[in-house]
Formats: sequence, structure tokens, C-alpha cells
Amino acid sequence: MAKEFELNEVEVWDGNYAASQALRQAQIDVVAAYPITPSTPIVEGYGAYVANGYVDGEFVMVESEHGAMSGCVGAAAAGGRVATATSSQGFALMVEVLYQASGMRLPIVLTVVNRALASPLNVRGDHSDMYLGRDSGWIQLDAYNPQEAYDLTLCAFRIGEHLDVRLPVMVHQDGFTTSHKAQNVTPLKDDVAYKFVGDYVPVNDMLDFSRPVTHGAQTEEDWHFEHKAKQHKALMDSRTVIDEVLAEFKELTGREYKRVETYYMEDAEVALVVLGSSVETAVIAAEELRAEGIKAGIVSPRCFRPFPYDLVRDALDVPSLKAVCCMDKSAPGGAMGALFNEISAAAYTTESRPLITNYIYGLGGRDFSIEEAKRIFKEQKAHADAGHITTPIQQFSGVRGPKLGFFETRRG
Amino acid sequence: MAITSIKNLKEFSTANDRFEGSHLLCPGCAHSMIVRELMNATDDNLVIASNTGCLEVSTAVYPYTSWDTSWIHIGFENAATAAACAESMFKARKRKGTLPNPDAPVKFVAFGGDGSTYDIGFQWLSGAMERGHDFTYICLDNENYANTGGQRSSATPVGAHTSTAQAGTHSYGKTQRKKDIVSIMAAHGAPYVAQLAPNKWKSMAKGFQKALETEGPCFINTVSACTTEWKFDPKDTINVTDLATDSLMFPIYEIINGHELNILYRPKNVIPVEDYLGAQGRYKHLFKPEYRHVIDMIQKEVDEKWELLQRREEARV
Repeated sequence: MAKEFELNEVEVWDGNYAASQALRQAQIDVVAAYPITPSTPIVEGYGAYVANGYVDGEFVMVESEHGAMSGCVGAAAAGGRVATATSSQGFALMVEVLYQASGMRLPIVLTVVNRALASPLNVRGDHSDMYLGRDSGWIQLDAYNPQEAYDLTLCAFRIGEHLDVRLPVMVHQDGFTTSHKAQNVTPLKDDVAYKFVGDYVPVNDMLDFSRPVTHGAQTEEDWHFEHKAKQHKALMDSRTVIDEVLAEFKELTGREYKRVETYYMEDAEVALVVLGSSVETAVIAAEELRAEGIKAGIVSPRCFRPFPYDLVRDALDVPSLKAVCCMDKSAPGGAMGALFNEISAAAYTTESRPLITNYIYGLGGRDFSIEEAKRIFKEQKAHADAGHITTPIQQFSGVRGPKLGFFETRRG
Repeated sequence: MAITSIKNLKEFSTANDRFEGSHLLCPGCAHSMIVRELMNATDDNLVIASNTGCLEVSTAVYPYTSWDTSWIHIGFENAATAAACAESMFKARKRKGTLPNPDAPVKFVAFGGDGSTYDIGFQWLSGAMERGHDFTYICLDNENYANTGGQRSSATPVGAHTSTAQAGTHSYGKTQRKKDIVSIMAAHGAPYVAQLAPNKWKSMAKGFQKALETEGPCFINTVSACTTEWKFDPKDTINVTDLATDSLMFPIYEIINGHELNILYRPKNVIPVEDYLGAQGRYKHLFKPEYRHVIDMIQKEVDEKWELLQRREEARV
């Protein structure tokens, strides 16, 4: 029987340690993992729990991230709770198996500490890895700080393992900005946390010999489409369960999470759409600008997948809203930013149809400051006042060299 | 009823039928013989993982399955990891008391072709062996990527024609040696490693049982004659396999704890490799005058390898 870990009412944890504590409290049966900066401390922390009797499950340190996710799939099919952690290149190496895990409907929890993808090699935080996972069929939740990394990791087990969902879940936090910066975190006691997560309920259990199961079958044009359609529906339908679990978590802790977070949007004239730790920076910037008379607001799709199209539309359907900037912290590779594309699609169906622009920012861990957020808010105000977009639609913020921008507006 | 109580091949072949005959493997494919033999070699429950390959694509095409046992396929390279971590899950659940059949004996097995074992899944296999999971990995070695139409793998022997190492006016087929996977696996310190062949079904069944009963990671390389890519008549699968073992192209032996080597089959009359090569279309170009020297080269290497195996057996080191 695993020992109880004595916790203070308030702990000072960084995002990595917060995530590792949540993994410990979920009493996972198998963690199959491989270290990579900046998520290494999650598995190191977990290793310390194993070494000191705080974990009853197996801890399998495999030979690569592909092996880690492969091990998670094999273990999950054998009917128990499974999780791992990764970042960046490790995430990229896992991609093949990410698709297999979701297609096989195995509820694995993956704590992702977001980091840039090479080349050039870079260990700092941006959202390249998170974006790489966006079509993988996983639920993706986004934490802005260590407390949220802890809370959402606990919620992830409940959501993914729910019998109506049965899908893997990623919980993202920003590399270094969140993962390595200690803040006050209010944890749950071990028994309370475990009670919230609940016992694992096996489905199509390979160790139930009374009922042999075949996992990972082959389908071609005759059945593949139906399987993928069902998988997509499961992902879309998981929205209800996500809402229920987050509501239950609020009931338990008082901490409220929504699939789309909004700040000061009720009367906003300009808004930023951001993810991750930048949300908190943008909120401070909005508060300062409001003191100056600029009605700034923030929208953040905390639940990045399934993409909350309807809630984003609702969040942007504010009569006062004139201009929105979508902030993509990932190199777009010859396209508009992914957030820009998805938010624009949702905004297209609103009454207000705000002007929408795109900033690529913060690549490879380039700092995103309150001043930068304010400058971008002010640029939106200029668009709003002019009644049209006054800059190229896509721009780069905070990059050296000549100003980089693409595409002019055709809207008057 | 497992093989321990079975006296003849006919009874053995239907001993414990958990692999259905209705699969899509080619007529004459040795894969199904080997798989059936493994599954008949034990009465224990089985959790089987398969890499992508002929076996996998022919036995689990939705909505059908040939597997009357727990079975999983993930990708081309990771069956070893899937079986290994299923075994980890078994240990965790046993400790926690959450197994549905807590007292049922179970064995964990992974199958891979030579492509997924020698090449793309090599790292996953090596990792699982090093970590010491209690499982058995069986390579169905047909010496090429048969599932994708016969490309060379690092298990393809010198001189064989494949679609990516072709025989022609300027080439006698594959010019590189076959990777010695058995030695590599033995070098992992695995408690039981063997090379077996389905024509020698008793030694194969015995080897399978040894591997399944041995605690820790075991590896078995099996010769799986490929009627389609080796190019012989489907009825000749076992005949060709006989030629493989009797020419010593495919010696049958085991290595215990990384060093104790035992030869499990000594042909009464060792036949020249030429007889083995001549029975297969993939080697037919070697019989042209300009490539006959390759046959001599193969014979020399086979002789040397047999000498090495015998010396190692004698030395017990």
C-alpha cells in the first residue's frame, strides 16, 4: 500500500513538481517514460515517489519517447491507469503512437511541458509541440500556471477514463515559464485527490481472460472511415463530460475552469486570443489599459481540443468588440497561425464579425512582456478606430530584423 | 492440453487451438505453423503483441480476428514494448489486487517479422530485453519485407534477390551479410535465446516452452520460409526448411544466460548450401557462371559459422 505523502495546505511548487504530485495522487498503475527537457523533473519527481514507497504501480523507464507512448498503449490495453510526460522532440517522436493511442480509445494521460521544435535546437517554451498534437485525436487541456497544471492533471484522468469518453488526454504547461517557476499551489490531500479521480474501470481488458480481445485491428476503405467518424464524435461529445468534471472540481476546490476562459470581455472593444502562461501576462496588460480607457479583453481556449468552436463564437459575439488579435506561439510553417485560422472560423459566424489579425510571437522561449501585450492591444485599438485593419494581417512580434508581415486586408 | 502430454504432430497441431485457421496468410506460409506451435506449447493464458507485418495484417482484419486470446497491435516497431508494458501492468495489478483472474497463469509474447525485429523495431526490442521484462519475443524470420512485396532487410542473406537489392547484370542481389540477431540478443544477457525451425517441430516446441517458462526476457529467431518471396511451390515449405537446417544455412541452437551454447540439431548428412539455394527462385541468378563465386562465398561463411557454434558449445563460455 502506497504511503500517504504529507502535504501542507499551501505548497511552493513549480509546474513540473505540481504535475508529478498529481500523477502520484492518481495512483497510476504504469508510468512508462523517457526524460526530456523541460519535462524531465516530472519523471524524476515520480521516480522519487517510487523509490520511497509513495507509489504502488510500475515505473518503466524506456529507451525513447516512442517507446514511452508504446508502453503506455500496451499497459493501458492491459486494463489499468497509465500516464507519462514529455516535451518537444520527444513529443514529435511520440506522434505516431499518439494517433494509435487515440484510435485505440485508450485513456492515457500525457503531461506535456511545451517546448519549441528543432531545428534550430531549442529547449525553451513555445507551442510547437502542442500544435503538432492538435489532429492526433487527444483531448488537450492548457494550464497557465503550476496550480492549474496540478488541477487539470487530476481532472484529465476523470475526463479521459470516463466511460462515455475513453480517450487520451494531454495537459499542457509552458516550458520553464510554468514548469520551472515555483508558485503557491494548494494541493488536495491524497485521499481527497484519489477519491476525485476514482478507481480505474477497465474496458476491453487484455488481462480478463474470460473475454479475449483484439486491440489495434486493421481496417481499410470498408471500415476505416466509420471508425474515425466515431472517434471524432467521441471527441466532440467529450465536451459535456469535460464540463461536468470541471464543475465537480469547482465544487470540491472552489477553483473554476472553463473550456474557454474569458477576461473582461463583457464590454471589450479589443481582444487578444492567447494560450498558456501568456494569458496571465495579457490579463495584467488589459487591466493596465483599462485604467487608461482602452477596453481590452482576453479569450483563451483552455480546452484546445476538442476545439470549443461554439464557446469561442459566444466569447467573441460581443457587440462592442471591434478588433481581435490571435497570438500564435508556434512557427506557422507557411500558413496563418493555427489559432488565427480556428478563431477566425468561429468569429465568422458572429454578429459583430470583428477585425482579426495574427501575431506570431514568443518562438523558442522569447519573452512575452506586459509592454508587448499592451502594444498589441493598442494596435487593435487603432484597427478599431480606423474601422479596418491598418497593418498586414499576419505579423511577427519581438523578432529582430526588418518588420515581418504578410497579407493586406480587403475589408473596408 | 499442451505439448507435454502429446506424442505426435497430428495431436499437437490441434492441441490447444487458439489461433484460428481462417486467416489471410499465403498458402504455404510458415508463419501460421510457428504461431500455432507457440500457442500450443502452453496451457497458460496468453497476451500477445504483434508488430505490423504479414502476421498482423492477415489475422486481425476488422470485423474478424484469428486470435482466441488477448492480442494487441500498435505499430511496426513496438510489439516488444507493448508486451513488456502489458507485463508491467500485470505486475502492478497483481500487487494492487485488481486482476480479474488473479490466479490465472499468463505468458506475455511478442511476434515480429525480421523487418520489425532486425531493423525498425530493433531499439524497442533491445530496450525491452535490457529492462528484463518477463516475456518472450519471437521473430518470424522470412528474411525480407514480405508484407510490402519483398524488399531487403538486414536479415536478408548475401546473394538473395529482393526488390530493393536486385539481381541484375551489375549485381548479384544483396551484397551485405545477414545481421546476427541471435548473438546480439544473447549479448543482452537474456536468460534464454534460441534459433529454431518449424520442420524440427519437437525442438521448436521445447524451445518455446523453455522460453515461456524462463523468467525474464527471452528471444527466439525462427526461420519462416516465404513461398511468395523466396519463390518456391507452397507445398514445399517444410522441404525448403529442411534444406535450410540441413545445409546449416539455418543452424538450430540455443544460448542460455548469454553464454551456454547448445546445438539442438546436428544433420546426419550435411548438404551443400547449393542444394538449399537451388530450391528457391530468389537465388537462381547465383547459378549463372558470373555469380557462382557467391555460392562458394556463402558455403565458406556457413562452414565458418558452424565451426564457431561447435567451438562455442564445446567451450561453454
